[in-house]
Order: sequence, then structure tokens, then C-alpha cells
Amino acid sequence: MHSDDVVWSMLGNRQFCSYKMTTKTQNFCRNEYNLTGLCNRSSCPLANSQYATVREEKGRCYLYMKTIERAAFPRRLWERVLLSKNYEKALEEIDENLIYWPRFIRHKCKQRFTKITQYLIRIRKLTLKRQRKLVPLRRKIERRENRREEKALIAAQLDNAIEKELLERLKQDTYGDIYNFPIHAFDKALQQQEAESESESDAEREEEDEDDEDVDKREFVEAEDSELSDFEDMDKLETSSEEEQEEEEEVEKKASHSKWKGKTPLKGPARRKRPYIEIEYEEETEPSTKTKTA
Amino acid sequence: EGGPVPGDGAGPPAPERVLFPPTFSVSEIKNKQRRHFMFLRWKQQQRKEKLALKKKRRKEREALGDKAPPKAVPKTIENQRVYDETTVDPNDEEVAFDEATDEFAPYFNRQTVPKILITTSDRPRGRTVRFCEQLATVIPNSHVYYRRGLALKRIIPQCIARDFTDLIVINEDRKIPNGLVLSHLPDGPTAHFRMSSVRLRKEIKRKGKEPTEHVPEVILNNFTTRLGHSIGRMFAALFPHNPQFIGRQVATFHNQRDYIFFRFHRYIFKSEKKVGIQELGPRFTLKLRSLQKGTFDSKFGEYEWIHKRREMDRSRRKFHL
Repeated sequence: MHSDDVVWSMLGNRQFCSYKMTTKTQNFCRNEYNLTGLCNRSSCPLANSQYATVREEKGRCYLYMKTIERAAFPRRLWERVLLSKNYEKALEEIDENLIYWPRFIRHKCKQRFTKITQYLIRIRKLTLKRQRKLVPLRRKIERRENRREEKALIAAQLDNAIEKELLERLKQDTYGDIYNFPIHAFDKALQQQEAESESESDAEREEEDEDDEDVDKREFVEAEDSELSDFEDMDKLETSSEEEQEEEEEVEKKASHSKWKGKTPLKGPARRKRPYIEIEYEEETEPSTKTKTA
Repeated sequence: EGGPVPGDGAGPPAPERVLFPPTFSVSEIKNKQRRHFMFLRWKQQQRKEKLALKKKRRKEREALGDKAPPKAVPKTIENQRVYDETTVDPNDEEVAFDEATDEFAPYFNRQTVPKILITTSDRPRGRTVRFCEQLATVIPNSHVYYRRGLALKRIIPQCIARDFTDLIVINEDRKIPNGLVLSHLPDGPTAHFRMSSVRLRKEIKRKGKEPTEHVPEVILNNFTTRLGHSIGRMFAALFPHNPQFIGRQVATFHNQRDYIFFRFHRYIFKSEKKVGIQELGPRFTLKLRSLQKGTFDSKFGEYEWIHKRREMDRSRRKFHL
């Protein structure tokens, strides 16, 4: 007993104790046999020759006791008693073993034992739940993958790819009637019509030249027939060229006013493809057959 | 060595061999500074030679004019890709048959409407939560539920009971989302991805507004192999079958070198040859880690494909999707 005070006056206050950890507000004791964890006169296992703790090992709690009689034998210093798994029984066992011991140590042992059982219960509950598996990241691999991702992003040219795909879909008419652009199929149909009409017009031109010649000649030979034939030809020419001119007009207008979606018919200047025919035509409302080809 | 061996007069004359003077290479110089200097000089020389060669070739090309051979196509990684024997041929009957009978057949036959449940790992942080919300606006008919410690294995039967078709779990690490588990529910495949480069809506530089409620179109690019095909179908199965073109929104999954880039855009056709796109919505990159046959089961699941780093990352030209 006498030496306890000496030990404490040395370690506790003046000299160095390797288990002592100081913080701004408190002093802690890192000794594994310490009952409370604080650095106090009553809690220091070195400065008390009669001391007890509760520690757990692999889920079982043990009561460790130290008495003065064994102070000379460090190997046998701490006596260990296995506590029962039953909480109340274990408390009784602690009481039994520490029967004439100071109240402080008894109380603190029971407190510590309670806390330990509580955290053991918690561990058991948590292990039953899902465990989070921690997978370590490998720095080299992370770096490699990030770099490769950057390069893949550059190679992908996403905007271009998306735009191309959308235009493809527009071409293949997946959007149906929403967009009133002259779609390529319509363009093709138009070109076909133009080709036909050109070949027609060539033939007609020849005919007409012939007719003109014939007209000049026919005046002398057959006047009535020429008039009829002229008129028929003129009619055909009129209607076909009128259609073509309207279509061309639409195409041209739509090419130029690209943002306008063509919901209302535009009225614009008349364009003439073939100057040798002067035709006055009426602006019709867009016939429904024309815009919905293909 | 050169000349007939003395004493062997009857043998044929050995061919004359050229003896080179002993050269020295730059690496043999001990002095580091001098060695560096010599190396730089050698490098400059190489560069000069290369430049001269290029010029000569260009002159030849111009001299030939029209008859010049066509320019060589530069090698890219995509050009040099190791041919994967599981590349899907569009006319392959076997693949078509497989696809008609796999887990996505009901979706592609329009028998089911996709309904998606989006959730996270435990205790998501703000960024993940916001990402989940934005993802829910992008994918129509999707619901976000918070996971308060519920086990996935127990969620899944409940989801199936409530008619969900897909489950998305976003895994979070250090406050950023970094993994995605996509599971097709009535007993469908589960794909586990590593997610990176997540950009929320406010981080994307754009001037657009929020995505509307219209059903977006889907673009799937570059899913060539068999595995890529099934992953592509998985993504397609997230979106309803009938895109509303009025909304003019498109969700893109673009595969490049095994990285799947997701983007969400609004497009507008300025003319028949020009389209403008504006990015809205979150963006992220995925890399497939594993594909499992059934629903999510980490212990007993049957893995169809796992990314094995040692085997699969050896070649830079070999890709699996």
C-alpha cells in the first residue's frame, strides 16, 4: 500500500508514464488492464496493488484480478476467471469474486462488463446483416482505366455519331410526317419526275418545233388540224409545266427557308424554267398528293 | 573467316564476308550528360531523315498526280481490333432465335411495359441522391426508393410482386456514385458496371431546360459482339417501346472500346441534312464488370461473364462488347 502512493506520485504527476495519453481536457490510460480508461489515482493498474478488470476475448468475458500477495510474481500476477454467458449470473459471479473489495472497483467492473456485453450483442447482430465488402482499389489500374476512358471518349466522337444516327433515322422515315422537309425519297421522286418531264419536254420541244414549222407550213396546207393539235399540245405542256413549276418552287423555297417548316403555303415570285413558254397560272393550295410521297 | 582455311587446299573457296568496323552505341557512354547530348543529336537526325522521307514521298505523289496510289489509311485501335469470334452478324439465325426466346422476348414482343425501380446502396450522400432523381426523370416510368438497410434479396421478390421489370442499384463510394447494378426482374440477367465520370445536370455546360415527360428515343451504338448485343438489349428494355417523337429527346448508349457512354440530348432538325443537339440530363460512363444469369445473387449466382483483369486486359486491341 505504501508503495502505491509512491508509484502514483511518480507516474501520475511528475515523471513519465508510457501509458498516459494527455489531451486538452482529460488524461487517458492506455494500459490494457485499466478499468475505466482514464488516468486516475484509483484507476491506475500500476498504482493500485489490489485491482480488477473485465476483459473480453473472442466473445467471452473474463474477470482479471490482481492482489498484493502476487505482486512479486509478475507471471502469476493477474488471475483470470471466466464469466458465465448469462448476464445476471455473470454479475453475481463478479460480486462473488470481488466480495470484500472496494466499492469503486466492484461497481466499475460491473459497468464495464455491461458495456462489453452490449457491444458483443451489437457485433452479432451486425454480422447477421449484410456486410459491406471492401474491395481495394488498385491505383495503377484505376489510372489506366481512366486514361483509356478518356481516349475512348475522344475516339467516340459522340456528337457526330448521334447526329449521324438521327439523320439516318430521318432518312429512313421513322419520324413519319412530323417533319416537312423534302425528304430524300421525295427528292428522288422529284428527280425522277424531272427526268421524265425533261424527256417529255424534249420530245415536246421537237414536236413543237415541228409544229411551229408545220404551223408555218400548215397554214398553207392544213389549217384546221394544226390548230387542234397545237391546242392539245399546249394544254399538255401547260399542265405539266405548271405542276413542275409549282413543285420546283416549293423545293426552292423550302431549301432557302430551311427553318420554316412549311405549314402554310408560301406565295412567292413565279419562277420560270422554260422561257419559251409564257404561262399564267393560278396559285393553287398545295394539293395533298404532292407532299406525302414515299 | 574470309579465304580458304590454310592447309585445306582441296576445299572450295569460302565466300568473302564483309567485316564491319566496331560501332559504338549511344548507350555505352558512361557520362550521363554526354550520353543525353548524343541521344538528342541522334534523335534530331532521325527526325530529319523522317521529314526528308515524307517530303520525298509527297513530291512523288504530286508528280504522279492522278495515278498516285491511294493514301494509306492510318491505323486506329478500332481498325486494329482483334477480331472477336462472337461478333454478331445481322443475319445470323441462331442469334435471332436466341433473342426471340431470351428473357427480353416479352419486352420486345410488347407484352410488358417497363417499370423501373432505382435505388442506392446504404446511406447515400447528396450527390448520389441527386443523380438518382435525375436518372428517374430521364427514364420514364421509374421510381426512386431509398434503401434503408434493406437486403436486395428481400427487395427483389417484392418488386416482382409489384410488377417492376427492372431494378437499378447505384453503388456509392466516398460520396460519389461509382457502380451500377442493372437487374432485369422476372428472373432476368444482372449486369454489374463500374460507373465513372458522372456529371449532374448543373455541371453540364448547356443552356437547355429540364427533360420533359415525353418518352425518349434510344440509340444503341457499336454493340457488336454477342455479349454486347445482350447488354444492348438490356438497355433497350429500360425504355418504353413507343418513343414520342414530339418530345425530341434521345437517350444514347454508345459503346467505344468497352466503355459505354450514356448521354441524353434534345435534338432539332434544322434542315434535312443538319441536326442540332443540346445535351440535357445526366451523363455517365459504364464499364461492364460482370453479367450474371439470374437476378442479383452474389454467392450462388451463375456468372455468364466476368471481367478477369489478368486475362482480358493483356491486349490493347481486344474488346469484348
